[in-house]
Amino acid sequence: MNIVISYLLLAAILFCIGLYGALSKKNAVIVLLSIELMLNAVNLNLIAFSKYGVNPSLAGQIFSLFNITVAAAEVAVGVAILISVFRTRNTSDVVDMDTMKR
Amino acid sequence: MESVYSQYAWLILLFPLAAFVLILCVGRQAKTFAAVTGIVGTLASFVVSLLIMFERMGGGAEDYAWKEWVWLSFGETDIAMGFEVNSLTAIMLVVVTFVSLLVNVYSRGYMAEDERIGVFYAYIALFTFSMLGLVLSVNLLQLYIFWELVGVCSFLLIGFWYHKPEAIAAAKKAFIVTRIGDVGLFLGMLLLFWQMPGHSLDFLAITNAFHNGEMPGWVATAAAILIFVGAVGKSGQFPLHTWLPDAMEGPTPISALIHAATMVAAGVFLVARTFDIFLASTAALDTVAYVGGFTALFAATIAIAQNDIKRVLAYSTVSQLGYMMMALGLGTEAGKDASMYHLFTHAFFKALLFLAAGSVIHAIGKQDIREMGGLARSMKTTMWTFAAGTLALAGIVPFGGFWSKDAILAEALHEHPLLFWVGVITAFLTALYMARLFFLVFAGKPRSQYSAHESPAVMTVPLVILAVMAVAGGFAYPWIQGESLAGHLDVTTMALTTAAGVLGIALGWMLYGRPKSSEDVLAARAPWLHRLLQNKYYIDELYDAVFVKTLRTLGYLLHLIDRFIVDGAVRLVAGGSLALGRLGLRLQNGQLQTYGLVSLLGLVILIIAVAGRRYFHVG
Repeated sequence: MNIVISYLLLAAILFCIGLYGALSKKNAVIVLLSIELMLNAVNLNLIAFSKYGVNPSLAGQIFSLFNITVAAAEVAVGVAILISVFRTRNTSDVVDMDTMKR
Repeated sequence: MESVYSQYAWLILLFPLAAFVLILCVGRQAKTFAAVTGIVGTLASFVVSLLIMFERMGGGAEDYAWKEWVWLSFGETDIAMGFEVNSLTAIMLVVVTFVSLLVNVYSRGYMAEDERIGVFYAYIALFTFSMLGLVLSVNLLQLYIFWELVGVCSFLLIGFWYHKPEAIAAAKKAFIVTRIGDVGLFLGMLLLFWQMPGHSLDFLAITNAFHNGEMPGWVATAAAILIFVGAVGKSGQFPLHTWLPDAMEGPTPISALIHAATMVAAGVFLVARTFDIFLASTAALDTVAYVGGFTALFAATIAIAQNDIKRVLAYSTVSQLGYMMMALGLGTEAGKDASMYHLFTHAFFKALLFLAAGSVIHAIGKQDIREMGGLARSMKTTMWTFAAGTLALAGIVPFGGFWSKDAILAEALHEHPLLFWVGVITAFLTALYMARLFFLVFAGKPRSQYSAHESPAVMTVPLVILAVMAVAGGFAYPWIQGESLAGHLDVTTMALTTAAGVLGIALGWMLYGRPKSSEDVLAARAPWLHRLLQNKYYIDELYDAVFVKTLRTLGYLLHLIDRFIVDGAVRLVAGGSLALGRLGLRLQNGQLQTYGLVSLLGLVILIIAVAGRRYFHVG
């Protein structure tokens, strides 16, 4: 069996764990953390294909550097929003963060 | 000889109808106009009826029938409407128009203080039109239409004073009880329609078919009995008699017109009109005779214990109608003739009695005879006319009732001796209760406080006219029919009925006429019997327990079914839609994580659909 499958499997498991956390956690910080986990799983995928894929090249690794940068920027903005929301609503529970009329 | 006036018999129908329409359009507020229109309408009809009758007398003119107007046609059958004049209808026309005319005149005085007198005259005009239409009908269907119309008018007039709950209840009762009879009549009509050659319901065709023996026996018996059920309802025979006494809640002029002289006679008229069906079946004839005889005796026993002046007369009407039915049930031409004879004389003296009772009620405002007495001094005309009516009803010579009752009993002696004795005993009871009524109302001293004065001329003149007819009617009928009076009679019968009548009056005078005997002797001697009779053998209570309560419970059950099962099904559907909606509501709760989950599920399904094509070969 191709070795790439092990790397892909690991990335898939990490991605699923991240997805589960993003969809079911109460705390907004944990949700952001799970999103980071998903992004990192994608990075693993990219690097695995760059070495063992059908067309091995350096493009995968370069792309994963871009991904890390984007993830960092996104976390900065995300935490800023979270702090701002926390200051107005005094809660970090995602369930309370909607503007539906009750 | 071709009849001249019979061709204009439709005018007889037109005048009351025109009066009805006119009064409705104009006269509801204009009371004098309403009264005058009503009187003029019936007068015109009466004149035409008289012309037709005089033309027929002495064997002058022949029967005339016009049935050209096709009302309904389906397939090859045509149902026509028209009018027919023969000896039976000619005499009924005179009776109905004459009594209606007198009641119209009388009502001018009786209902003078009533606000709705215009409406009253309109209803009477409509009733006269319906009754005359019934009389002139050419086929059973047309008769049924007018039969129902007469029932409606009766309902309207009984419940005329609709703010009295007893009047409303009585009107409903009258309509519903007669409706039960009408179902029988309708079934008979359907049976005849089915079995008659050419599906014809014409009276002429019926006469021909049954006279020649073309129809099977069971058709004759079934049709006759069903038609008789209709007559039982309308003419108040046992067991559908309960509505007639209650119908006395209506104003007295209409008690006289509808429930004494005309509408209740419609049942007798129907049986006479379809007599050939009855002649073809002895079972039906026996039913008619025994029901009639039983009713006559039954009602007479109740009448001797009643205390309302109008109820005594109502039960008397039921009893006399029983006589007429009994005569028809004897199954001979002479019997049918005697029955119509009695209908003729009865119309006059019963209307007279009711109008005289109305005069009393109008004068003193009370109806209970235990509170009356001593009116002989203050209301002479009323007293003398009431006495004439009493003697006629009791069958004392030479008053009208004697000759007609005698004709019936003479025929009964020939055919059904048992019924003859029933008739004689009933004659005795009739004389007794009428004597009781007369003496308690007019003789002795007043038993309660009231002031009485004689009624105005507009009320007493019809009384006098009717009193004259009560005497002359006995002689008028044979004269009209062109037969001799002696042909109807029989010496034994005359002797027995006179004895019964005189005995009844004598007993009545002994018990109620003498000054010291004003308390009810029957109540004192046999209180249980008196209670039984006074409560009309508890038949109303029996019907209430058996029919009314059962139907009410059934109605309540059905109401529950409607509320919980039928409505429940509707509410179930509505509830289902709501539940479905609430389910969808959970999908849009504003939670990001829910939206994310849903998107994920959609994506998974998409991936399976696209990538799975390689493995499952669905495409």
